[in-house]
Amino acid sequence: MRETIEGSFQLIGGNFARAGEASIELKRRLTELGLSEEIIRRVSIVTFEAEMNVIIYAAAGWLRYSITPEHIKIVVEDMGPGIEDVESAMQEGYSTAPEWVREMGWGAGMGLPNMKKNSDEFKIDAVVGEGTKVEMVINLSRGK
Amino acid sequence: MTLQKIIEILNGRVVVDAGDLNIDIRRACGSDLISDLLYFCSDSNAGGTILITGLVQPQIILTAEMINIKAIVFIRNKMPQEKTIELAKKKGVTLIVTNLSKFTSCGKLYMEGVESCPEE
Repeated sequence: MRETIEGSFQLIGGNFARAGEASIELKRRLTELGLSEEIIRRVSIVTFEAEMNVIIYAAAGWLRYSITPEHIKIVVEDMGPGIEDVESAMQEGYSTAPEWVREMGWGAGMGLPNMKKNSDEFKIDAVVGEGTKVEMVINLSRGK
Repeated sequence: MTLQKIIEILNGRVVVDAGDLNIDIRRACGSDLISDLLYFCSDSNAGGTILITGLVQPQIILTAEMINIKAIVFIRNKMPQEKTIELAKKKGVTLIVTNLSKFTSCGKLYMEGVESCPEE
């Protein structure tokens, strides 16, 4: 794999019936490229968490990815409420999810910590009332 | 131990048989929190892990697929939704329903030597 491969998925907020499909499709594409199970697992987890955040909290968003020989970069950007207290949101167990989301098994307060744990580089920008952008890099050359 | 043995211990009913009840299960993870599963149960040994949960929505199958879990036990006779069953067939995940509680299910398997997924 020498060239850069890029792609994107549109995410619609509140569409729980199709939640997770972008992440599953990306996983399928990575499997086709013959990447290691460990890398695919980490990418799957960060994209699934980020995708669910858009579905749960935002009106709409995009999941974009680029794959180079060195790394996989994932950018998830949404038109949503933003995050008032990013520092708290990065703490394990902190969640602002409503009860009905928790009943579906989400809202454990582990989403952002999980994304950070499985990325080699993690960056989050959130503007209240505008949206949230999460950028994650997973290196291919060496494991974390 | 084999998945078949686990089904016997939990007095379980197989709702979806993905084709191999002889797969080797060494660990169990009991949780109703999807992010906890992704966080704690996603190491490379996840293939030999069984999930014990009360979550019956289709996303539990996607979660299993993300972390390579091949079998799920639903506690307290909670029947997985139709879409969950369809998705499990498509993805090759075995679904089992037990009348036992999550606590009892985990306890019985622990007594038989099944280990926890990583604690931290």
